[in-house]
Amino acid sequence: MNLQIRHEETNGVHYLTLAGEVDAYTAPKLKEMLVPLTEVKNTQIVIDLANIDYMDSTGLGIFVGALKSTKKNDGTLKLRGMTERVKRLFEITGLTEVMDIDNEVKGEAR
Amino acid sequence: MNDRDFIIDRYKDLLTTYLNGKNETALYKGQQFSRKLIEQQISPEDVVSHHINVLNELFPDMTEEMKDAFDFLLEVMIGYGFAYREHQSLRTRQRQLESEIEVAASMQQTLLISDVPTVDSLDIGVKSVPAKKMNGDYFNFVKDDKSISVAVADIIGKGIPAALCMSMIKYAMDSLPEQRMQPNLLLENLNRVVEQNVHPNMFITMLYGLYDTDVHKFYYAGAGHEPGFFYKAATDEFEDMFAKGLVLGVSRTTKYKEYEKQLDPGDMIILLSDGVTECRTSKGFIERDEIVALIRENMHKPAQEIVDSVFHELERLQEFELRDDFTLLILKRMV
Repeated sequence: MNLQIRHEETNGVHYLTLAGEVDAYTAPKLKEMLVPLTEVKNTQIVIDLANIDYMDSTGLGIFVGALKSTKKNDGTLKLRGMTERVKRLFEITGLTEVMDIDNEVKGEAR
Repeated sequence: MNDRDFIIDRYKDLLTTYLNGKNETALYKGQQFSRKLIEQQISPEDVVSHHINVLNELFPDMTEEMKDAFDFLLEVMIGYGFAYREHQSLRTRQRQLESEIEVAASMQQTLLISDVPTVDSLDIGVKSVPAKKMNGDYFNFVKDDKSISVAVADIIGKGIPAALCMSMIKYAMDSLPEQRMQPNLLLENLNRVVEQNVHPNMFITMLYGLYDTDVHKFYYAGAGHEPGFFYKAATDEFEDMFAKGLVLGVSRTTKYKEYEKQLDPGDMIILLSDGVTECRTSKGFIERDEIVALIRENMHKPAQEIVDSVFHELERLQEFELRDDFTLLILKRMV
């Protein structure tokens, strides 16, 4: 399987839209894209995971690394649109407590 | 006649037979012959050169153009031969590296091996199998007078870095004997060690518990580890053993919560790594319910046989190719 990454910048906010799988094979690709962004001071990053149907712990590691790096550089990292399976991974590992996660689907009344 | 001369002679025979009969058997012999060539380390350009010599003998009337064309082919094959020899030397190098990894893996096994303790009141079974040579899962038992402590951990990342990290965990745990009785404090201390020492992308999930063999209580705390199961014999039900807490190595100040379970005879504590529940088959993921069903099917057996049976069934479902390290551990109260 593969990982597609779309990167857009609007009003200084970096939007990454991912599709496919984030696992040991595709994680380096995400890391290469994400890490340089997190190393810039005060960067705002929003990552959309709605089209990620599988993530393993190596993939999760990339987000942990990105979180540490944004914090160090006074930036923000927001994840959104997780599928149930991906959400469960973030919940079990306790990362939902320390990361900015918004799983509300746009337009959905809650 | 040395082997090389023999081979040239043999090549001539094979080629003549083929040219005369053009049958399948001769072709098949030719294929087998190439193995002989590799064994004798005869390079591709040598083979072409033998071919030219044999043709010159068999067809003395070959046109000049044909001869020139063969010389041209010979030049082309020289470059090919270089690449082939380089490939051979890389293969040798790879074999050396593999044997070094083999040594490292067996060292890891020796360093990290944990004896499964024996106590009258508990039946304990463990199965831990790496997907590759080095295991990223870790389990450890420590037996004291009135208690048994157990840790199950999964180091994120695979292979050698994970193995090195695991050694660190083991020695950090060994150096925290006074916290062994308090699962949440042990995790808090371990978390600080990990946070300071691992690469930002790496983290560790762990479930640490202490079984008090006097009062049959299991005290535990979790750091983002895949939940285990608790089997209650009285109601004949399995429940998830949640132990919420952040994975080790993310935030230095993380606090952990302690949980406890009272065990009656026949009750079981089942701990596992995500290699058990995240196992993928051609039909999709294996759900936690299916793991429970497998345990239930086998639970009349001794603990070690239960974990072995579950492993073999999951291995079969994955067509004998583990994608992730597998660790399953069962503590069953006997009396």
